[in-house]
Amino acid sequence: MSITYLEAIREAQAHALRDDPRVFIYGQDVGAFGGAFKATKNLQKEFPGRVLDSPISEDAMVGMAVGAAIEGMRPIIEMQFADFSIVGFNQIVNQAATLFWRTNVPCPITVRLPFGGTEGGGPFHSQSIEAIYAHYPGLVVLTPATVEDAYSMLLEAVAIDDPVIFCEHKFLYYHLKAEKLPSEALPIGKARIAREGRDLTVVAYSAMVHEALVAAEELSAEGWEIEVVDLRSVKPLDTDTVIASVARTGRLLCVGEAWPWGGVTAEVIARVASEGFGLLDVPPQRLNAKDTPVPYHPNLWMAHRPTARAVAAAARKILRR
Amino acid sequence: MLQTVLDANPAGETINARDTTLAAYRFMLRARVLDDKFAALYRAGKIHGGVFLGRGQEALSAAVGVSLKKTDVFAPLIRDAAGRLAFGETVLDAIRTYFGSSLGPMRGRDGNVHRGRPQEGYLPMISHLGAMISVVNGALFARRMKGISGTVGATCLGDGATSTGAFHEALNQAAVEKLPLVLILADNQYAYSTPTSRQFVCDDLADKAVGYGVEASSVDGTDLAACLKIAGNAVARARSGHGPQLVVAKLLRLCGHGEHDDSNYIDPKLKNSPLGRDCLKVAEEFLLRQQWTDTGTLATWRGEIVTEIEEAVAQVRREPAPDPYDEKWLAISSKHLSEMHEE
Repeated sequence: MSITYLEAIREAQAHALRDDPRVFIYGQDVGAFGGAFKATKNLQKEFPGRVLDSPISEDAMVGMAVGAAIEGMRPIIEMQFADFSIVGFNQIVNQAATLFWRTNVPCPITVRLPFGGTEGGGPFHSQSIEAIYAHYPGLVVLTPATVEDAYSMLLEAVAIDDPVIFCEHKFLYYHLKAEKLPSEALPIGKARIAREGRDLTVVAYSAMVHEALVAAEELSAEGWEIEVVDLRSVKPLDTDTVIASVARTGRLLCVGEAWPWGGVTAEVIARVASEGFGLLDVPPQRLNAKDTPVPYHPNLWMAHRPTARAVAAAARKILRR
Repeated sequence: MLQTVLDANPAGETINARDTTLAAYRFMLRARVLDDKFAALYRAGKIHGGVFLGRGQEALSAAVGVSLKKTDVFAPLIRDAAGRLAFGETVLDAIRTYFGSSLGPMRGRDGNVHRGRPQEGYLPMISHLGAMISVVNGALFARRMKGISGTVGATCLGDGATSTGAFHEALNQAAVEKLPLVLILADNQYAYSTPTSRQFVCDDLADKAVGYGVEASSVDGTDLAACLKIAGNAVARARSGHGPQLVVAKLLRLCGHGEHDDSNYIDPKLKNSPLGRDCLKVAEEFLLRQQWTDTGTLATWRGEIVTEIEEAVAQVRREPAPDPYDEKWLAISSKHLSEMHEE
């Protein structure tokens, strides 16, 4: 038996619905249709009255989740694409994210964002917007890179008392497979060493972890040992694990599929520079998507986002200094 | 007529029109005296930030508050001091929030009209207009999922908020889910300085209800008796399963947007029109005409309320301000996931 990243997300939701009567799912086409990506396939049938189609109203979807959370429920909101969550941005960052701070009443909602680029996705079905949510106080922002993490982190997201932005990568939905679902997991907030190495630390998250791992394999043929750190959650950010890795390698490359300006890669470099400057042998570098909307044609898209080849090229530059 | 509607309360409670009207009037009066005190404190430089009054909207607001049960959900807006008091807010909560007292419900983290006690169904507004409607929807939706019946959720807006996407999304959502939502629209002729002619072109905001498939009613917002009738009816209709109710009250804001605003843009013709009547005076005249009270009693009540509020303000001014060194500076409740580093 094998299970995909997407199936893991469905299974985690089924598990949460089964275990906790406070959980319900609300989103566009999530009901009988099973969701645009089938992440809620058959869940409405299995859990009648708890998996509900919403109107195309991202603002009202999130607002309704906040109201339900105040009343003790644990809603999961599916945004059809992360890009559309911007329509519900106000409710996420001003309503959900401020509630606990203002009132001491927690806001346990999970907002699932199918995000990241795929072939032919184009400007409005490809965005990586984790950084804008991480910027706001009051939100937890998760970016699982593996089938196991997609499952265990979604379960933990539903269980914790705070609003969680759950960034699930559409490219990984069908490409990633695991033998079985995990029985134990690293907690949210801990980064993972995805590959050990001594020459360069590559910090990545979500789909970029896999590009970094391919690049590391390519570079190992050239005699370089690359350490790949999978952040798992971008907020909180596990600075300790990153700095410990840089202490071993002396070199840092941060890779993100998101746009460069003020993003997660900038944050990681800022933290390493301020807390571990002396550990760096050469200036830290980062690799992001280009600062344009995400293009439609695969030729353009492959050049817009960081690929394994681009990661390897950036790594070589650092290693040769 | 008022009696008939109030007797139609499905809970079968015997509500006396006289008592209800007098109770609502007293909430209006308390709100007016409280607002006047905040305005005076603002002019004396004792308030951090703005002060936002409900002058001219007390009849509508109090009518909503007294029509709700304590177990209902209420998300008031900036001009709802009367409705807040009627729903059960204490003057101490109001004053502590304006002063930023650490003993208040918002503990100095939020202020002025941004106050509530969400676990008691009293939701604290954010500044973004229309944003509270879907939150009320969610609370009602959750109660329905939990098998709790008979809850109504009310929220208040102005004419300006009807132009937001949040208003549209949430009213439509409530209609689709057939939620017991009561949406109170105070059409007070200006959104900050913008007249309604630059906000919408339909004849009456109640016309919007047709497009959403919800019931609507319009009322003279300066008339307490009429507001009690319409609000009571809308709450009863929502409670008995008739879905969302839109209530549009026409009135005039008898103050600036906030106390920083001299509101010199308000058309003098409006001030002299029936819309510009002071609802508090209209209510007093009504009560006297009905012989439900007398001028001596009205004066006694005002005196008692002034004393109550002066004492409460004096008490809060002696209370500790929030201390940044005691502040936890944690935006999330899961401490282990906080980005804060131990210093």
